[in-house]
This record gives sequence, C-alpha cells and structure tokens, in this order.
Amino acid sequence: MKNRGLVKTIHFNNETYIGDPMNTIRIFNEKGVDELMLLNIDSNRFENQIDFGFLRELASECFMPLAYGGGIQRLSDIETIINLGIEKVVMNSALEENEDLLSLAAKAFGSQALIAALDIKKDWLGRFVATTHSGRQKSMFSPQKLAKRFERLGAGELLINDIDRDGTMQGYNLKLVNQIAMATDIPVIACGGAGTLEHIKQVIEDAKASAAGAGSLFVYHGQQKGILVNYPSRTTLKRLFEP
Amino acid sequence: MKPRITIVDYRIGNLGSIENMLKKLELNYCLGQTPGDIKKSEILILPGVGAFDQGIMNLHKFGLIDPLNEQILHKKTPILGLCLGMHLMTKGSEEGEKRGLGWFDTKAVRFQTDEKKRLKVPHMGWNDVNIREYDHLFRQGEDEHCYYFVHTYYVPIFNEALVLGTTWYGIEFASVIYKDNIFGVQFHPEKSHHFGMRLFRNFCQWACRA
Repeated sequence: MKNRGLVKTIHFNNETYIGDPMNTIRIFNEKGVDELMLLNIDSNRFENQIDFGFLRELASECFMPLAYGGGIQRLSDIETIINLGIEKVVMNSALEENEDLLSLAAKAFGSQALIAALDIKKDWLGRFVATTHSGRQKSMFSPQKLAKRFERLGAGELLINDIDRDGTMQGYNLKLVNQIAMATDIPVIACGGAGTLEHIKQVIEDAKASAAGAGSLFVYHGQQKGILVNYPSRTTLKRLFEP
Repeated sequence: MKPRITIVDYRIGNLGSIENMLKKLELNYCLGQTPGDIKKSEILILPGVGAFDQGIMNLHKFGLIDPLNEQILHKKTPILGLCLGMHLMTKGSEEGEKRGLGWFDTKAVRFQTDEKKRLKVPHMGWNDVNIREYDHLFRQGEDEHCYYFVHTYYVPIFNEALVLGTTWYGIEFASVIYKDNIFGVQFHPEKSHHFGMRLFRNFCQWACRA
C-alpha cells in the first residue's frame, strides 16, 4: 500500500497501481482469503506517518485475520494498531534500531501478535543478506542469525520477504526459505516469487514453510498481467495439498 | 424487534473485530461494562484474548462475576464464550492459578509440543471443526466448518454429551462446548469471515427461539 492506494512492486520497486485497498479487501472477504497482510511502503521514510484513521476504516471491513506493517516505531504504535481490531503487526527496520521493542511488545501483547520480517537479497557474491529500510540498508546480522534473534526476542512468526524474487512470479527461493525454516521453531511465512499454485505447494512441502504469501499471484491474471483480484477456492487449495 | 447482544467488556483484548462483524451483520449490540449492564442483557458474548488469570481478575475487578452467574445460571440468558472466554467458563486453566467461573466441569490444558510431528504451539491458523450436533450454532446442510484459531491451551473432551464440535491438532480437543444456554468456542468467529458470520447469525437465531 502506498498513499492509500494498493500497489504491487517488482524487487521492492517499479510500483504498479492495483486499486483501492477497501475495495480489494471486500473482494478478498468474498473469496474467503485465509489471512491478509497489509504492508505500507511509504510510511517508513518519515516518522509518525502511520495512517491510523485509514487503517481503522480498512480493519472495519476485514473479517479475516489481518496483519499490518510499515512505519511502526514504538510500543504505542503497536497498541494503537491492535486496538483498531488488527491482530498482528509486521516489523523490520524498527527492530534493528530498537533492541528492546520486540521483547517489550511480546510481554505486552503476546508473541502471537508479532511478525518479524526478514527482507532478504543476494549481495554481489551471491550470498543472502538481510536488509532494513525497504532493502536500502544492510542488517548487521546474517539472515539465519537474525531469524534466531527474532525468535529469541519473542516474535511469533517470521516473514521472509525475498526482494530478488518479489514480483517476478518465478517461484519462491526454496533454498533460502528452507534454511530459515530449519533454523527456527516458529512459523515461517514465505513471500516473494509465487506465480502458480504449484509454487505454493513446493514452498510448503519441500522448503517446509508454514505459510505461503503472495501478491502478484492474487492480483494479476494471465500472461499480460491484467489486474484481476483472485483467490483459489477452498476446494482447490485442499486438493493441492492432497497426497 | 431484534434482541440486543451485550458484549461483556472487561477491558481485556480488543473488541474491535467483534463489533465490526456484528455491525456488518446488522445485529443490535452494546458493551456490558457494569453489573447493571449484565443484569439487563438478553444475549451475551464473552470475548477474550489474553491470559486466564488476568481475565478472571478483571471480571472480579469490575464486579461482573455475580451478575454473570445470576444471569446465566438462574435467568438462563444465552451466552457465547470466545477463545479465552470459553476457558473462563471452566473451572480453571493450566495457564494460571485462579478459579474459573466453573460452568463446565473441566479445565483448560496446554498443548504438548511434539518434536517428531513438529506441531507449532500456539495452534494458529485455520482448522476444521467436526460437528457432533446441529441445531444450535451449526445447521444441517452447511457445507464446511472451518475457523481461525489462535491458542496455546485447549479444553479436552471432558464429557461427550457437552461437546458440540471437536478439532484435531496433534490431539482431538473440544473446540465447541455447550450446556443448556451456555456455549463456548475455541476459535475466533469474528475473524473467520463467512463461517464466523454464519455462526453469529445461527447463535442469535437460536437464542431468540430459546
């Protein structure tokens, strides 16, 4: 989400306008989506930019579990968001700057409300590096160390955002997801690269992710990437995971 | 005239999601914050997210325990407990030391982490409810019963006659319990889109008939 509009990125860049978030949430309600994650990508460039008023409106139309990320700096931000009826928050940059935020939040709201995001890309040597500030700064920890650290501090879930695969629809990086899933005991949500339902099956069954997230897959249709908000039926999803 | 639902507000967790869904369903509701509010209630919802002891202590603090007992056990007002709300209806929980409301003769226990199966605790996500009895919260002919769960403690199958639905998560546990006018569900209907809306609607219909 950016400036109250829904956008889809490629490699965390090249934003394409998708539509009105409220309308899209209503469609996803109708389609019976399992969970929704709303990531605001312009908020972290300025301080105090969380649009609580707009979030309140969105939450009131969202009848499934909802997570919000973007621009969260302090404990009071999390409290305000939870009081709007949003049950989970997603954090990344703030955790690098404020060591205590995660553990204090876990004490105050419980780990089930906290998703720590790992924004990962490859460096010029082809090694995975964790980043903050929408991929613009390098974290001081390796992805696995950071994952373990988040777990120890009280994160309830880990979100792997694969910047190199974001928007490509070429499939998840199974190696990356598996490394982190094996390094931790908390659920790992894989994100970045989903282009088909088969990709989702792979990341769950082969890479051992607990959940699969997707953007492009659920907002684009066909080769030409026409905008069409879509979601597989429960029967299709159940069949996908049948042995 | 539509009956009014009273959501017991004992200042634990947030009620935003429940209010949002009841508004969407165009159901008439208010918050029950005082003993007087509870005494006037026609249908009750006992929500809850958080720790067991804190929940019971808050019910004490706002003087809601006696009016709830009076309303539920004597006046037989229909009540639906959600998640922690369901646990509070039992005699206690491994999560805390306080005594529960004791409407159900059982206690909530903790999921055992099973290394081999790698079941993650809390049990978080969508899961199926196997319905044992219809007519109250569920109706014959409904296609699927799938709900959103977030919990570390569960109510065991303590009494076959009082369990309306069960769910499998490494072990089969009671995800829906009932006794006369009292219902408890382990999941969050307010976050289970059309499945949850259907359950609230069914509960209100049943409550009006009762």
